[in-house]
Amino acid sequence: MKKLFLVFLLFALARPAHAKVHVVTSLQDFASIAETIGGDRVDTFALAKGYQDPHFVDAKPSFILKLSNADLLIVAGLELEIGYLPPLIDQSRNDKIHPGSVGYLDASIGCDILQRPTTQVTRAMGDVHPYGNPHYWTDPANGRVIARAIAAKLSQLDSPGKETYERNLASFEARLTEKENEWTAKMAPYSGTKIVTFHDSWPNFAKHFKLAIAGHVEPKPGIPPTPSHTLEIINLIKAEKIPLIIVEPYFDRKTPQAIAAQTGATVLPFYPSVGGTPQIKDYFALFDYDIDAFVNAMKGKK
Amino acid sequence: MKVRSSLVLGAVWLLAAAVTIAQEQPSPTPQTAPPPVPTPFPEPAPPLAPAPPTSPSQTSNYFNPSVSVIGNFLGVAGHNPIENLKAASLRESEVALQAIVDPYARADFFLAFSEEGVEVEEGFATFTSLPWKLLAKGGRMRVSFGKINTLHLHVLPWPDSPLPIVNLLGGEEGWKGTGLSVARLIPLPGDTFSELTLQAFDGNSEGLFEAPNRGDLSYNAHYRIFKDLSESVNLDFGGSLGYGPNDTSTKQDVQWTDLEGADLTLRWKPLQTGTYRSAILRAEFIRSHRREPVESQTAYGWFVSGEYQLAKRWWVGARVEASDRAVNAVLRDTGQAVTLTFWPSEFSQLRTELRRRRYAEGVAATEALFQLQFAIGAHGAHPF
Repeated sequence: MKKLFLVFLLFALARPAHAKVHVVTSLQDFASIAETIGGDRVDTFALAKGYQDPHFVDAKPSFILKLSNADLLIVAGLELEIGYLPPLIDQSRNDKIHPGSVGYLDASIGCDILQRPTTQVTRAMGDVHPYGNPHYWTDPANGRVIARAIAAKLSQLDSPGKETYERNLASFEARLTEKENEWTAKMAPYSGTKIVTFHDSWPNFAKHFKLAIAGHVEPKPGIPPTPSHTLEIINLIKAEKIPLIIVEPYFDRKTPQAIAAQTGATVLPFYPSVGGTPQIKDYFALFDYDIDAFVNAMKGKK
Repeated sequence: MKVRSSLVLGAVWLLAAAVTIAQEQPSPTPQTAPPPVPTPFPEPAPPLAPAPPTSPSQTSNYFNPSVSVIGNFLGVAGHNPIENLKAASLRESEVALQAIVDPYARADFFLAFSEEGVEVEEGFATFTSLPWKLLAKGGRMRVSFGKINTLHLHVLPWPDSPLPIVNLLGGEEGWKGTGLSVARLIPLPGDTFSELTLQAFDGNSEGLFEAPNRGDLSYNAHYRIFKDLSESVNLDFGGSLGYGPNDTSTKQDVQWTDLEGADLTLRWKPLQTGTYRSAILRAEFIRSHRREPVESQTAYGWFVSGEYQLAKRWWVGARVEASDRAVNAVLRDTGQAVTLTFWPSEFSQLRTELRRRRYAEGVAATEALFQLQFAIGAHGAHPF
């Protein structure tokens, strides 16, 4: 019995002072915020890369390995991950990260979610999200809510690191406040500008920076452009003198470029997530990059 | 021996389930939960548009399973005296009912409605909270023999099953079993996924196994390795061993069929999907050794298939196949097929297959198969 106790003691002493909290996220944006809040107390892995369409992610078995060792799973929720995450969670053999468990965090909770349907939705409307638009992290105010939720969750899972998480959250929020002022000042001259976007990914960004989304290149969410709808968009852009067509990196730019050629509008690649391009290394760089690109594209436009 | 092994498997499974549930019970030891600590972080703001209060009748719907129906219409042109498919048929309507059972399990039912009747294609509980990296299923399920046999009709890359499935696994529907399945995750170095699945089923499976005695069960073992070769390329390899009593058995003299299989899937799919190009190469090999009172039959079958995505909604594919027949291995069928697939949306699919099969009887058949699939409701995502 004494030997057994000694072996146990040795095993306990051999463990590192604190093992890292393994965080798996569906999006790189959440991984970036978790890294900022968690510092060296966490390691992170994002299932969908920033340049990947987050609606279409393959449920690869290699992700099962990541999830089986995860202490925390952070998801966008609102059924953004419905096409791949449920079978991965089921096969992870990790009940800590099942919905409702302590290691599962739905980042949408508490965020400003737009376009919650108020009438019955059907798939005649395209690939609609019945719980609201899931691209909410493109509003920095929601980024603040997400960061607070992540800090609270990390403190719950790793209470010895609570002070670190609180400190890192405070500096994240201070920097976000400073950056929000900078971004708002840069975008202020373009308040009320009408834009066309490829997919309906930008309502939160547009609301925060006071842009008006006049239409989408997709006739309905998830449905590729059709000739008749493209003609409608061309007429809309001409009539409303819309300067920009915003396109996410994972969509084909052929139709937006054809529209631009006929209307004089500019096609602007816009990145919805961290990692969309190598320069976008964290959540702050996401807005830095997109806003600078927007401002540059608007130069010389009325 | 067979009875004992199935009992052992069942006992292990039950023990694992019991251990898990026991782990969830409040511990009688002084190891108390930490006291609740008030969070120092501001409470998240309530949603801007809170849902209206729900009446009791509405809340009761929260626990209803997700329901979906996938229709599968098939039209066939051409002449085929061996596989005489109807000119037009609603071949299968798959009704899926899927929900979480409790903190330990989920349940999935797939009911196949055809013009001939209704069949429980699958109906199983999956125990997702077991220790030792185990995942257990109990019920009726598609057997994890190879890759294609595990897939439902609506996710096959063709409107028909390849010849080795038809000839060696009991017919177009493949091998389905009622019993238990236990899978263990065995991580390998270099972030390589591997999983060992052991399954034991009742000894009856239409067209494949027929048990003269209750204790004559069928078994399957499957080992799968998955490796990301790069961000866009991955390789999936599996080996399978199956075993069950065949229809030449008598109560006193049980005759067994051994099945061996190997499957390989190579996928290429760039994550930057703006180009909408991807490709999948599949290959599967099956050997069936059927012991019979007079003369045993050893039959081989294989197929190689490729699919290439031309545009966001368009795919082309090709398949070559050959298979001996399990009951008479001298007879060999061969075939070639090309497919063109269009997805109007994620929820519907149009597919045409031009197929030429040369049967052992000396008959060659050239046919065109037209498939329309359409889904309504919330159908759960399928494993990769």
